[in-house]
Amino acid sequence: MLKLLKNLIKEPMFVIGVFLFLTTVFAGLLGPSLYTPQPRSEFGYEAPLAPRGIEVDLSKNTITHWVVHRGDTLYAKETIKKDSLGNMLNNTALAKYWIGTDNLGQDYVALLLRGLQNSLYVGLLAGVIATTIGTLVGLFAGFKGGIIDDILNMFTNLFIVIPSFVVLVLVSTSFPQGRSLTLIAVLIGFTTWPWTARSVRAQAASLRGRDHISLARINGASNLQIIFKHILPYLASYVFMVFIMQVASGILSESAISMIGLGPLGEGATSLGVILNTAKNQSAITDGLWWGIFPAAIVITVIVFALYLLNNSMEGVFNPRLRK
Amino acid sequence: MLKKYPTARYVLLRSIWYFLTFLVALALNFFLPRLGSDPVDIMMAQGSYSSPEIRKQTEENLRKNFGLVVVDEEGNIVRDTVIKIDTVVNIAIDSVVDEQGSIVVDSLGNAIVKESRDTVIKERPEFVARKSSKISQLFNYIGKVFKGDLGTSFENQKPVSEIIMEALPWTIALQLPTILFGWIFGNVLGALAAYRRGVFDRVIFPLALLMSSIPFFVFGMVLVYFFGVVWDFFPAIGGYASGITPDFSWEFLKSAGYHYILPFLSIFLILAGGQAIGMRSMGIYELGTDYIKYAKWLGLKETRVLAYLFRNAMLPQLTGLALSIGTMVGGALITEMIFSYPGLGLTMLKAVQTNNYPVIQGVTLLITSCVLLANFTVDILIALLDPRVKASLTMDSK
Repeated sequence: MLKLLKNLIKEPMFVIGVFLFLTTVFAGLLGPSLYTPQPRSEFGYEAPLAPRGIEVDLSKNTITHWVVHRGDTLYAKETIKKDSLGNMLNNTALAKYWIGTDNLGQDYVALLLRGLQNSLYVGLLAGVIATTIGTLVGLFAGFKGGIIDDILNMFTNLFIVIPSFVVLVLVSTSFPQGRSLTLIAVLIGFTTWPWTARSVRAQAASLRGRDHISLARINGASNLQIIFKHILPYLASYVFMVFIMQVASGILSESAISMIGLGPLGEGATSLGVILNTAKNQSAITDGLWWGIFPAAIVITVIVFALYLLNNSMEGVFNPRLRK
Repeated sequence: MLKKYPTARYVLLRSIWYFLTFLVALALNFFLPRLGSDPVDIMMAQGSYSSPEIRKQTEENLRKNFGLVVVDEEGNIVRDTVIKIDTVVNIAIDSVVDEQGSIVVDSLGNAIVKESRDTVIKERPEFVARKSSKISQLFNYIGKVFKGDLGTSFENQKPVSEIIMEALPWTIALQLPTILFGWIFGNVLGALAAYRRGVFDRVIFPLALLMSSIPFFVFGMVLVYFFGVVWDFFPAIGGYASGITPDFSWEFLKSAGYHYILPFLSIFLILAGGQAIGMRSMGIYELGTDYIKYAKWLGLKETRVLAYLFRNAMLPQLTGLALSIGTMVGGALITEMIFSYPGLGLTMLKAVQTNNYPVIQGVTLLITSCVLLANFTVDILIALLDPRVKASLTMDSK
C-alpha cells in the first residue's frame, strides 16, 4: 500500500490531479459559506471588474456615475446633477464583481461556488450509487456464472445500448416540478451503473477459478463471504478507479441534462450546468458576454480533467503493463 | 439451429436480441414520462380555458391523443355512464314568528331570523370517458409506433413523424461523418502516441486528455464565442443562412457547408481526443505482446509494425465505439442546441421548453432506435472482421 502511494506520488499527472481535485473540493465545500456575495447589481450582466462608483468633479460641479449596460464591453458614463448626489450614493454600494454578474445582477463568484458545491454533490452521489449497483451486479454475475450471469448480463447490456441520456430526459420531463439535486443525482446513478457492472464482471470472472477461492469454498465459506472477503479486495483499486470515472461522468451528465433545461430546479439548486443553461437562454454567447459562460465551463472542465488525470495515473501504477 | 453457419446464427441471435431490446426501449419510452405526474394534468394546468366544457373537451382530446382512453373503431371515445351523487344543502332563512303569527323583533327593532337546513341527495348521470388499462395503452402505443404513427405535436397539430423527418437529415449529416472521422483520426493519433511514446506521447496525450474532459457543449460554446462572435470567421448559429430555402441549389449547399464547419469541429475534436486516449492504452498493451516483439526482432519496417498494431488494437476500440455511441449522440445533440442547428437536438430543446410530450417521446424513440441500429451494425461488423470473434463463434456452436 505504501509502496503504491510512493509510486503514485512520483507520477506528475497524479500530483497535478490530486491538487486540482482537492482545490475544487475545498472551494466547493467551504466557498459558499466563507465568501460573502456582493450585493446584487441593478444592471444585469455586469462585466468583471467594471469601473463603478462615483467620480466627483468639484470644479465642474458634476458627479459622474459609472454604470455598465448589458452587452456593452465599453462602460457607459452617466453624469448626474448635484442635487441627486444623496440618492446616487445610496444606490451604488461600490461593489466590484471579480467575474461580473449574471443576467439578474447576481455576483458570479458566489454563484460559481454554489454551483461547484452542487455539481460536486450530484457527481459524488451519482458516482456512489452507480458504483455500488454496478459493483454488486458485476461481482455476482462474474462470480456466480451460469444462468445468473446470463440474466444479469442481459440487463447490463440492455441498459448500455439504451442511451442513458434518453432515459434521463424522459424521467426528468415527468417531474416538471420539484426536481431536486438529489433526484437528479439518483437518476444519473441509476442510469450509469451498467458500465461499472460490465467491467467489474470481467474482472470477477477472471478471479473465479483462482486457488484461494476454491480453498475458501472447501472451508465452507458462503458465497457472500467469498465475494466480499476474497474477491472484492482484489478489485478494490479497480473499483476505486471506476468510481472516479463515474463521478466525472455524473458531473458531465448533470451539466448535459441541465443544458436542455431539465436539470435541478429551485432557489439553492444552481449547479454549474444550470448556470450555463441560463447563460445560453439569455444568449450570452452570441452577445459576447464571455463571463457568463467561460468561468462555469472552465470549472466543469477542471474537475473532470482532474478526475481523468487521477484515473489515468492510477491506471499507470496499478497496471504494470502501462509502466514505462 | 444453423449450426453449420455460425455467422448466420450469430447474426440471427443478435437480431432477436436487438429486437427484444427495442421492445424494452419502447416500453421505457412509454412508461418513463408517466412516472411522475400525469402529462395531461401538467398540460391542462398550463392553459386557460374559457368554459368548463371547453376545458373538458381539450382534456379529452389530449387523453385520446395519448391513448389514455378507450376508443372505438370510428375513433370516438367510449363512455361509461356514472351515476354521480351530489349532496345539495338547502338553506332557508325565515323570520321567527311567535304564537300569534307576528314577527319577533329584537331590541333594535330588527327581525330575528332562523336558519333551517335540509340535505337533499340528487342523482345525476355523467358520461365519463373509459380509461384504458396501462397494458392496453402500451400495446396501443407499440402498435401505433410500428405503423409509423408517433402522435401529434401539441404546438401546431403536425404529426410528430413529419417534424422528425424534417430534422433527421440534419442530424445524420452532422453526426455520422463526425463520429466516423473522429473515431478514425483519434485512433491513428492514439496508436502513434502509444508507439512513439516519448515527446509525442508527452505532448499529445495530456492534450487529448484535456480535450476529452471538456464537455461537448462547452467546447461548442467556446468555438461559437471565438470563431462566430469575436473573430466572426464562421456563422455562429443555424444550419444555413436565413432567407435561403433548403433545396439542392449551389447557394444553399454553400451556405449549409459554411454553417457545418463549427458544429463539426466541436464534436470531432472532443471525440478524437477520447478515442486517442483509449487507443493509446490499447496500443501500449499490444506493444507488450509477443507478436509485436517478434515483428520488431525480425526488423520489419516501422510502418508495417504500426499497421499490425493498429489492426489488433482497433477491434476493441470498435467495440468501445458501439458501446459509447449512445453517450456520443446525446452529447452531439446538445451541441446542436448550442449551434441552433436544425436537427433533432434543437427539436427536442423546443419540445422540452413547451412541454410538448409527443415530440419529446418521438425524438427519444428515434435516438434510441438509431443507437440500437448503430450498435447492431458494429456487432455484426466485429463478427465479420475479427478472426478471434469468428473463431469463438465456430467454437461455441460445436
